Amino acid sequence: MNALDITDLTVAYRDKPVLWDIDMSVPAGTLMAIVGPNGAGKTTLIKATLGLVRPAAGQTLIFGRPYAEQRRLVGYVPQRGSVDWDFPTSVLDVVMMGRYGSLGWLRRPGQRERALALEALEKVRMADFASRQISQLSGGQQQRVFLARALVQDAQIYFMDEPFQGVDAVTERAIVALLQDLRASGKTVVVVHHDLQTVPEYFDWVTLINVRRIASGPVAEVFTEANLRATYGGRIAFLGHSEGTGDRVLGTGKRGLGTEYAETANAD
Amino acid sequence: MELFTDYTLRTVALGAALLGVVSGVLGCFAVLRRQALLGDAMSHAALPGIALAFMLTGRREPLILLVGAALAAWLAALLLLAITRTTRVKEDSGLALLLAVFFGFGLVLLSLLQQRPDAAQAGLKSFLFGQAAALVERDVVAMAALGLPALLCVALLWKQFKLISFDPEYAASLGMPVGLLGVALTTLIVVAIVIGLQTVGVVLMSAMLVAPAAAARQWTDRLGVMVLLAAAFGATSGVVGALISATGRGLSTGPTIVLCMAVITAVSLLFAPERGILWRRRRIALSERVPGA
Repeated sequence: MNALDITDLTVAYRDKPVLWDIDMSVPAGTLMAIVGPNGAGKTTLIKATLGLVRPAAGQTLIFGRPYAEQRRLVGYVPQRGSVDWDFPTSVLDVVMMGRYGSLGWLRRPGQRERALALEALEKVRMADFASRQISQLSGGQQQRVFLARALVQDAQIYFMDEPFQGVDAVTERAIVALLQDLRASGKTVVVVHHDLQTVPEYFDWVTLINVRRIASGPVAEVFTEANLRATYGGRIAFLGHSEGTGDRVLGTGKRGLGTEYAETANAD
Repeated sequence: MELFTDYTLRTVALGAALLGVVSGVLGCFAVLRRQALLGDAMSHAALPGIALAFMLTGRREPLILLVGAALAAWLAALLLLAITRTTRVKEDSGLALLLAVFFGFGLVLLSLLQQRPDAAQAGLKSFLFGQAAALVERDVVAMAALGLPALLCVALLWKQFKLISFDPEYAASLGMPVGLLGVALTTLIVVAIVIGLQTVGVVLMSAMLVAPAAAARQWTDRLGVMVLLAAAFGATSGVVGALISATGRGLSTGPTIVLCMAVITAVSLLFAPERGILWRRRRIALSERVPGA
């Protein structure tokens, strides 16, 4: 069964479409990247899936059923910049928030929640910071706290919005290892990702979007130069060139070209 | 001590303490959710509600006037939502607009009422700047009847209120009814405002929401401690201010309470460990000296 099925999803802010008629499926147990230029609707795609943004049309199913029935199966890592890190609370407290959904209305977090939170902090190597005020954390540490908060949700599918943003190389490697652990234990992970260079290395599936879905499937089949050109419209397009200076600009934004490749890539 | 023997002073002190606790607790959430200005607009907006409630019923029952105040404050909050959703007016402009219009309307109603020959309207002007000396037992009972359930709500919905203040989208992803909880919090803030109207008055009430919370934030990094400290700061300044004004020579209560709160806030901003200005200065000075030593 697919962990995620999106059909005909359209989202608009005022009159402007942000996502247009998106279809995609994510099989259970995959590690998928969502890539596309700024303003392509990557974050909106996650938010619409989680019911945080109301779509104009379309349907999203988590393991075959609507999100409202499947909340317990879903973990969410929002963008780090979406909250005020000067909020008066501790690292452990933030991680325990991941348990609020299963605590019900009136029950308060107790020993069990503390233990689960500490365990999750252990996994992201932040246990020493448990009693720290969250404003004292670096960007990478904040990111790992958010990851730990999603881990205590003990979900089957995780949605992560730019978990590598502003983290150093060491933290990035630690997070990638964590994502691969999750996949190894059968979880599905969907990640909004910015760095095209690392897509083949980190992920096994990829979805390219730019308002419309350009392509979606296994990295080996879908992550092609033509699809990338279709996605980025010739603004940047690089793949497989040497690192660093390899950002050669290809093409001049002939969208039609890439779309053909996208269709063939999705024929299966 | 006069405080423990004099019945009037005891009533005044009790009322002011109650007001300080409720506004301190709810002010924390108002400040953390960046709704301090909404509190200000809503307290000013309460004035026409008080005047209308009096005009319609002709009575000065505290509960009737407070219900009028609450409805008007609520209406202002709803209008703000309507304005920001349907027009291109930004939230801060909407707040300024609503504050001025409601408060202006309230002042007009007050001056209309003043032309009436009866004496009943005489006390209404005290809602502008508060008159704690006029508090009687049934006022305090009305304040408690509103305030204690409000505090109970905060205790019961603690984790929900904390999460929607810190990360509302995450709260929504967990299935919390974030919109509804936000409305509940705003309603409780209206309750806090209404409780303070007789003692502090509509003009300065927002200070009682913002100042205790801002002062408390200086001393702690935990929401629970912050809320308790804010309650203590609010109660202290409420009692001290109300007693000074009740025993003094016709001083308005609102300004005296707010001045007491200002002293606490100034001390907190300057001297609190870690976040205080002097503390940070000293730490910078120390860190400059250490490498040379």
